[in-house]
Amino acid sequence: MTLTTVRALPSRAPARPGGAPRRRPSRHRRQDALVGYLFIAPQALGILAFVLVPLGLIAYYSAHEWNVLAGTFRFVGTENFERLFTDPQLGGVLQATTVFSIALVIANLTLALVLALLLNRRMRGVGFFRTVFFSPVVVSLVAWTIVWGFLLQADGGINGMLATIGIEGPNWLREGPTAMASVVIVQVFKNVGLNMVLFLAALQGVPHDLYEAARVDGARPSTIFWRITFPMISPTILLTVIITIVGSLQVFAQIAVLTQGGPGTSTTVLVYYLFQQAFQFGKFGYGSVLAILLFLIVLVLTIVQWMLRRKWVFHEN
Amino acid sequence: MRTETAFDVSRASRRSRRRTLSYLAFYAIMTVLAVPFVFPTWWMITSSFKPITEIFAFPPTLVPENPTIQPFIDVFALQPFAQQYWNSAYIAIVVTIGTMLVSSLAGYAFARIQFPGANAIFLVVLVGLLIPAEVTIVPLFQMFNGLGLIDTHWPIILVSTFGAPSVLTTFIMRQFFLALPVELEEAARLDGLNRFSIWWRIAMPLARPALAAVAIFSFLHVWNLYLEPTVYLQSTELFTLPVALTRFTDAYGGALWNVQLAAATMTAVPVLLVFIVAQRQFVEGLAHTGLKG
Repeated sequence: MTLTTVRALPSRAPARPGGAPRRRPSRHRRQDALVGYLFIAPQALGILAFVLVPLGLIAYYSAHEWNVLAGTFRFVGTENFERLFTDPQLGGVLQATTVFSIALVIANLTLALVLALLLNRRMRGVGFFRTVFFSPVVVSLVAWTIVWGFLLQADGGINGMLATIGIEGPNWLREGPTAMASVVIVQVFKNVGLNMVLFLAALQGVPHDLYEAARVDGARPSTIFWRITFPMISPTILLTVIITIVGSLQVFAQIAVLTQGGPGTSTTVLVYYLFQQAFQFGKFGYGSVLAILLFLIVLVLTIVQWMLRRKWVFHEN
Repeated sequence: MRTETAFDVSRASRRSRRRTLSYLAFYAIMTVLAVPFVFPTWWMITSSFKPITEIFAFPPTLVPENPTIQPFIDVFALQPFAQQYWNSAYIAIVVTIGTMLVSSLAGYAFARIQFPGANAIFLVVLVGLLIPAEVTIVPLFQMFNGLGLIDTHWPIILVSTFGAPSVLTTFIMRQFFLALPVELEEAARLDGLNRFSIWWRIAMPLARPALAAVAIFSFLHVWNLYLEPTVYLQSTELFTLPVALTRFTDAYGGALWNVQLAAATMTAVPVLLVFIVAQRQFVEGLAHTGLKG
């Protein structure tokens, strides 16, 4: 999110009024500092134990062959990294990951923006529809995925309804292209409400006089959208793009429930592949290398976000 | 007010008819768009009342023709579902309360208390935002394995409360406290209250909106965890709901759809009802916290 605000750490020590006795505040401050450490201790120690130490361990594990099933643990140097470059499946995995992320971002943001534009008006029922579009966000992810999996069976509800109008639907989850499309669609409808709400907030922040001025000048609606609305909400668009991409890299339950990565490896995204290698095949060393790869991808995306944000400060507060 | 001429009336009525039409078009479009958002939930609930013979009936039945509650009974017969429900509920409650405490303490300190290294520590903590849970799952599994905590709820509770998931909520609390006027706290300080009392008795009651957002985010996060319980838990009676939902299969591994959907209904509907009652807090809270793909 707005990591940039870190720079805005305020100076928190209000200027002490002159003439205050000198010794007491310093004792006070030392005591206060102690309390500060105590307050942050649970969080800071948690991050140390559950984020930083594991990150260090990944590097260590990645240089070892750790087969839990066979009970072996030995140093293998760069073998796991070399495997990364010779793994015949990795190309397909990265392709599936990229396709999924790009398709999800385009579908999610387009729909979110359309819904937000449609709902950005004062009309009875707008609140109701906003609730409707948001509701899948609070439905348990696995429950949502299961019912879609049920709907997308070869003889499931969707093909049943298509058949009533004389269309023979595909076996959605068992054919490469439709399997990928299905996973994307299930994910879009699950979470598009969140981006819609973010867009609505951004749309409501666009000053009204801009629109009025454009209307007075006789601008067409499409011109108004591309020349006013779009630039004004561009920071939110950038934010949601990054959030959605990073979120898309973490898609696991949907894959596990709907397709198990299949057919073939057509929906095996990186996270699912990592899970398979480490926890199904017991290859923790190679799993760690895949984890490093995932980490690097997220890191690069975050840095790109920072750089774009710097450049793209069209208007930010 | 009522001084329209005939001309005005006809124009007004034409305008109002046009407006009615555009209203109708708007509602028609919205209703069509709403189908994929509402229908799955409807299908989940209705199908869970269908006998297995009707589950793939053609043409599909929108309302069960022979409604039965047998699937709901089977849910409890096939798995220790009440136990699993309790697991999910107590873990979610413990983690939610724990996160509220951890994050409000840290958020308050980062916003209000001056101590050496605060900025550096804050930056290090924020690293947690950058690390997807999937990156650290392998070493975390090994660590908890070494501690003998695999097949217990401890990994889920500890990591969710103190680890990466609570960083976002700490950030939210910090931002909230930064925006909160400091005068009340200073007055309390002059009255001799110590930091802890100020945090608990002055700052926390004022932070209710932020705490609500934190609670909603944290609850939904834990309630929906899937990868972590899949990795850490092995015993059926320790499963949380998302894992349990995927295990309603017959002897051949085929899904028992109506039973599975009955379990899914029992998992999803209570949260959905709470959402409908408290939707304002939900939408605003989640919009503030921001953030899942």
